[in-house]
Amino acid sequence: MAVEMRLPALHKHVSLTTSQPHRDDKHLVVPGDVITSDTGFMRGHGTYMDEDRLTASVAGQVERVNKLICVKPLKTRYNGEVGDVVVGRITEVQQKRWKVETNSRLDSVLLLSSVNLPGGELRRRSTQDELAMRDYLQEGDLISAEVQSIFSDGALSLHTRSLKYGKLGQGVLVLVSPSLVKRQKTHFHNLPCGASVILGNNGYVWLYPTPETQDEEAGGFYTSMEPVSVSDREVISRLRNCLLALATHKVLLYDTSVLYCYEAALPHKIKDILKPETMEEIVLETRQRLVEHEG
Amino acid sequence: MAAVQVSEAEKVYLMHGVRDDLRLDGRRCEDYRHMEIETDVVSNTDGSAKISLGHTDVLVGVKAEIGKPRPMVPDEGYLEFFVDCSANATPEFEGRGGEELGVELSNVLYKVFNNRHSVDLRSLCICAGENCWVLYVDVLLLQCDGNLFDAISIAIKAALFNTRIPKVRISEDEEGGKEIELSDDPYDCMRINVENVPCIVTLCKIGHRHVVDATLQEKACSVASLLISVTHKGMVTCVRKLGRGSLDPESIFEMTEAGKRVGKTLHAPLMELLQKEESLGKKRQKVGFLG
Repeated sequence: MAVEMRLPALHKHVSLTTSQPHRDDKHLVVPGDVITSDTGFMRGHGTYMDEDRLTASVAGQVERVNKLICVKPLKTRYNGEVGDVVVGRITEVQQKRWKVETNSRLDSVLLLSSVNLPGGELRRRSTQDELAMRDYLQEGDLISAEVQSIFSDGALSLHTRSLKYGKLGQGVLVLVSPSLVKRQKTHFHNLPCGASVILGNNGYVWLYPTPETQDEEAGGFYTSMEPVSVSDREVISRLRNCLLALATHKVLLYDTSVLYCYEAALPHKIKDILKPETMEEIVLETRQRLVEHEG
Repeated sequence: MAAVQVSEAEKVYLMHGVRDDLRLDGRRCEDYRHMEIETDVVSNTDGSAKISLGHTDVLVGVKAEIGKPRPMVPDEGYLEFFVDCSANATPEFEGRGGEELGVELSNVLYKVFNNRHSVDLRSLCICAGENCWVLYVDVLLLQCDGNLFDAISIAIKAALFNTRIPKVRISEDEEGGKEIELSDDPYDCMRINVENVPCIVTLCKIGHRHVVDATLQEKACSVASLLISVTHKGMVTCVRKLGRGSLDPESIFEMTEAGKRVGKTLHAPLMELLQKEESLGKKRQKVGFLG
């Protein structure tokens, strides 16, 4: 039993500006900031023209591709791209499709024809399959999937046609801003600390105990309800708090940053990681190591 | 209330965690998330407090007005509660969506706080049978992340501690008419004794155990919860069962005992914090809503 009460303190942003003076040369803007008054540029996402001046409509970082200027917002809904790995939650079972909540502006769609049915066989989907849809995935279930295509209105079509995708079993979901997840070759990581993580591009991060056997016969629909050992739980809880700490201080999430943060948090109790001062300390240490690692 | 969806497997994971006394965020079953409390955050109230407990954010304002005492208790003032569920907390509260929850919350708060064991209502009396102070306690939910009751009760206690009611004098003229005179000095004010003001502890039954300070996810996994309001001495002033499920008598007993134990420990750090904040006085830089 522990109660921890305190006065709020003004939160400082942890940064390494003193040691790295020229690292912060990113072009950051807030809504209304004039990006350029040069008319030779094209207006991209997150910008608008205000009397011939290109102005930011969101807070974030300016990105330039040739003549196109975009602002990538720090806090945003998920804008899907084909090939992204996402973690989502089933919200509705409809005819031949599931509706999936993926932190985008519109619900995503998972068609019955773009899942691997249990047994792994590839065949035409019959009406029996349609009737049994709720047996595979029901409302509230979490899935990992890949973005197959984007509809004209921006809604995403997902697929789980690979053994690595499918229904998620026991574990913890952490929600962060999509812009904090670094795009990488793989978003599935078995961390050496004893847990696995799926860093969904949509900002949904799934932490789960590393499965013992990698190839499941059920094609991703089998979920074990066996209790997870306490040691695995501790690792997962610590990782969860680390992810939240990194997200609070706006550190990009990828396997190395998560792992460094985990190691920095090891001397602290799991529940203490979320205290502001501990969080600051851990994130600072993580940043320091990341900079050293790069350099 | 703002509900989250949880899949079966997540539920199993969470419930096994509670069984092993290790919750998703590493807390034990009787641990609170860390709280940040600040008083005197709204200048046009007589007393106010803001609390953030995890991502639950609650703002409480207390306003004192002169009203007529209730006929049954002519020598006591009273408290009125109003809970406003801001649509900022969750889109479900938009329009009239939060009304039901707001009424439920304010009814419970009325039961818990408006009695002479919690607040010295006699001290709110100005002139028996004619005038008394009415404390309007307005609660604003800014963010919901579970455990609303506990957060609100702590915020109310803090706000009552912060409340300063102007002193009044009653003068009588020759014809026997009474007139209320307000003191000219704005610092000449009365404070409320919050010693006996209870704090609410909500215990959520998850599996065979119960947890305090449940997050929304944990709440989604529990069938029923028990609300207990406890004073600093460990006296239980109100018990209520919330949720659809049922509780067997044995677990109610267990939960009441646990609630008493936890509730007692809430008061000391809270009072210490409030006194510390007061002793810092005007020197302290206020954080308010921009922290």
